[in-house]
Amino acid sequence: MEGNIAQLGQFIGAGLGAIGSGLAAIGVGNVAANYLSGALRNPSAAASQTATLFIGLAFAEALGIFSFLVALLLMFAV
Amino acid sequence: MGITDVATEAHGEGTGLVFHPLDQFKVTPLFGDGPVHWYTITNATLWMAFAVLAIVAMFVIGSRGRAIVPSRGQSIAELFYGFVYKMVEDITGHDGVKYFPYIFSLFCFIFFANFLGLLPLSFSPTSHIAVTAVLGFGVFIIVTLIGFVKNGIGFLGMFWLKDAPLALRPIIAIIEVISYFVRPVSHSIRLAGNITAGHAMIKVFAGFAAIAAVAPVSVVAIAAVYGLEVLVAGIQAYVFTILTCIYLKDALHPAH
Repeated sequence: MEGNIAQLGQFIGAGLGAIGSGLAAIGVGNVAANYLSGALRNPSAAASQTATLFIGLAFAEALGIFSFLVALLLMFAV
Repeated sequence: MGITDVATEAHGEGTGLVFHPLDQFKVTPLFGDGPVHWYTITNATLWMAFAVLAIVAMFVIGSRGRAIVPSRGQSIAELFYGFVYKMVEDITGHDGVKYFPYIFSLFCFIFFANFLGLLPLSFSPTSHIAVTAVLGFGVFIIVTLIGFVKNGIGFLGMFWLKDAPLALRPIIAIIEVISYFVRPVSHSIRLAGNITAGHAMIKVFAGFAAIAAVAPVSVVAIAAVYGLEVLVAGIQAYVFTILTCIYLKDALHPAH
């Protein structure tokens, strides 16, 4: 294996960025789980809150996408 | 140095994946291989043009009959129109409805660009931050202008929360201003990142399909991920549109 120390850093950093994506997955799951538990308690109010659900999912997911982007930048753009 | 050159340099020829998962996002000119200028016809502009043509075709065919009992094409067009109209009306209220054409155009363009990008051998223009940033910053600039035109200088009251304790208000104002300016960035990167991640994931599984031992698993995984991507393509168009509506609502009624 050849390569230099900067490349090593890039790959380690990209791997750390992937942890961020995984943590965002916890957040997205949390949003969906809480929506479902709320929806099962009061199904009549569930339909009106789907927009809020998607907004929450989008916000939680965006931060995971940011860390994915950092990983991509480290791999290909640095 | 393009993405492919760096990738080839980093991974070497013939080792690891046979093709690189991000090669599919490379913008290349359709005619010749000169440098890409702003007016060069590339695969990105071609597929954006296809998206626009598909939208035009759908609505021209859909609105041709104007039947009381709609045909299939008309039903689809009405479904799109009604879906976005209801979203705009629900979120922004009656005074936001006059911005409906803009929001509807955004929705249709992103929806069709996402779905055409899922065709094999096609190109997904929404996977490029250059494309989504134009859409995202366009929304940001237009919404900010609407806010100042409608509310005058009172639009800045959005950042100065009257409910908060006086000592905290400057700090909250700073946070609000930062979060306001981060909006277009997250708005555009969310769309591009989702599409990029999905397409790259399909390509990664396609790379595993070359190994005979894991090929059946890989093929099933590609089908599953593709199904997920169909869902994501629709959801991201919806999310982009609904966030545009929310930003518009903030501009029209900054007091809330």
